[in-house]
Amino acid sequence: MPKQLPLVDYLVLGDDPHLEAWECTSCGARFFDRRNACAKCEADEFRRARIASEGVVRAFTIVSLAAPGIAVPFVSAIVDCDGTSVRANIVNVEPTDTHVATGMKVRLVTEPIGVDDDGVEGIGFGFEPIYAAT
Amino acid sequence: MSEDVWILGIHMTKFGKHPDKDAVDLAAEAARAALADGGVTMRDMGILAAGNLMNAAAGIGQMLQKQIGQTGIPVYNVANACATGATALRTAVMAIKAGEVDYGLAVGVEKLAGAGLLGAGGRTGGSEGKHYEPSGRYGAIAGTDGRIGTATMPGTFAQVGMEYGHKYEGVSFELFARISEKNHAHSTLNPLAAYTKKMTLDEIMSDVMIAYPNTRPMCSANCDGAAAAVVVSDSKLKTLSLEQRRRAVKISASVLTTDPWEEACQVLPDVNTLTRNAARQAYEAAGVGPDDLDLVELHDCFATAELVHYDNLMLCEEGGAADFFNSGAPWRDGSKPVNVSGGLQSKGHPISATGIANVWEVATHLRGEAGERQIEGAQVGLAHVIGLGSACGVHILEKAG
Repeated sequence: MPKQLPLVDYLVLGDDPHLEAWECTSCGARFFDRRNACAKCEADEFRRARIASEGVVRAFTIVSLAAPGIAVPFVSAIVDCDGTSVRANIVNVEPTDTHVATGMKVRLVTEPIGVDDDGVEGIGFGFEPIYAAT
Repeated sequence: MSEDVWILGIHMTKFGKHPDKDAVDLAAEAARAALADGGVTMRDMGILAAGNLMNAAAGIGQMLQKQIGQTGIPVYNVANACATGATALRTAVMAIKAGEVDYGLAVGVEKLAGAGLLGAGGRTGGSEGKHYEPSGRYGAIAGTDGRIGTATMPGTFAQVGMEYGHKYEGVSFELFARISEKNHAHSTLNPLAAYTKKMTLDEIMSDVMIAYPNTRPMCSANCDGAAAAVVVSDSKLKTLSLEQRRRAVKISASVLTTDPWEEACQVLPDVNTLTRNAARQAYEAAGVGPDDLDLVELHDCFATAELVHYDNLMLCEEGGAADFFNSGAPWRDGSKPVNVSGGLQSKGHPISATGIANVWEVATHLRGEAGERQIEGAQVGLAHVIGLGSACGVHILEKAG
């Protein structure tokens, strides 16, 4: 099996892919980037916290104009994952305003972004709609 | 109690394409016209605060001095995203309030015509295919814009508007487009605006989509321009001519805020909390409320942004921005005219000039000198800007006497 690397370090790969944030041990504020201290309470101890892999779209846009090399249109969204907001693409959906709406339920999925010259596969993530069982 | 500060002279250049002028030319034009408008010279100035965001390391203040007057005064070159002009103005105001100087000059200038999409910097797609190596604060192995949502300006502000629509009733693509229709209609009366063409709702909605629900005419226009203001202490103003005192405009509040930590603020910029905080502080400092405002120039960098700022500036009940717009209030003949200049969507948005140009627009109405687009009897107005990152500037202005 080829070696894999996540697109960002807060994406945890393996049998059960999920997102992990830095959670302030003092106030519980969550962050996705490398931290110097907590922006909410100034404490400087953090633990890894698993982010819920299902959530609700709180805001979205359908991007039709982007920098060269970025495929458009794509859906960018803010997903409320059980109280933690995550920015991500909404994938596996038609990028139109009739197929995407705020309030829709979505779940985390991973997808390959490419392979580098050493054969390492890059893995990104997005959220796909959860359709009610019919 | 520090003393009051007044605008003595103020000027905005024509916004648009100025291929024959560089940033210093535009800044010099605005600064010299503001000085002349106030009846003063560079020799009177005690401080110069200047901003030119896209070339922030160059030192626009000193470059300007070398063209219009090197008097040895301190220069503060400021950079604060789209709030750069407001920051320059506030810097000059603070120097007067601190009692260090009687006069200050604030200048903002930008050369932005043809600049294209802003906020798409950093690593982008196409850079992969060599060797994946985690880098940066997120340990990213490739460009994230387009793979992990978007950080471009149109997309960010689109989401800001959609989030408001998720929270409150009555928000739609058409509503946002109607806001743009208003501003483009207003621009027909502003000879300094970059675009002065009235557009129908259908034309706006069927134009090129940039980031749903913002089509091209619903986005602020990149253009060239400059604006400058001369500010003066209350005690010095009292020694000046009757004409200078009559045309002076009181700065009743000058406020700058950043965003306090809120859940999600580092995921989607929170443009609401800091604007609400700035507005609250400004109303308190000025001793006026939203009901007292005769006109408002707010930061409509995108149509979606204008809607949320009706609420953030408390021009309406919380959650009532759609109803506020639908009532006709923010049209120039409505009860609370908003962006009678045409707003950033048609007037244009030369970033560092914007925070002073908005103040110029309000001041010009308070002086009764706005010509065809004059809001009759205007006594009090508010100018608002926001820069992502974030920084928010709010100035409340009052007519003299």
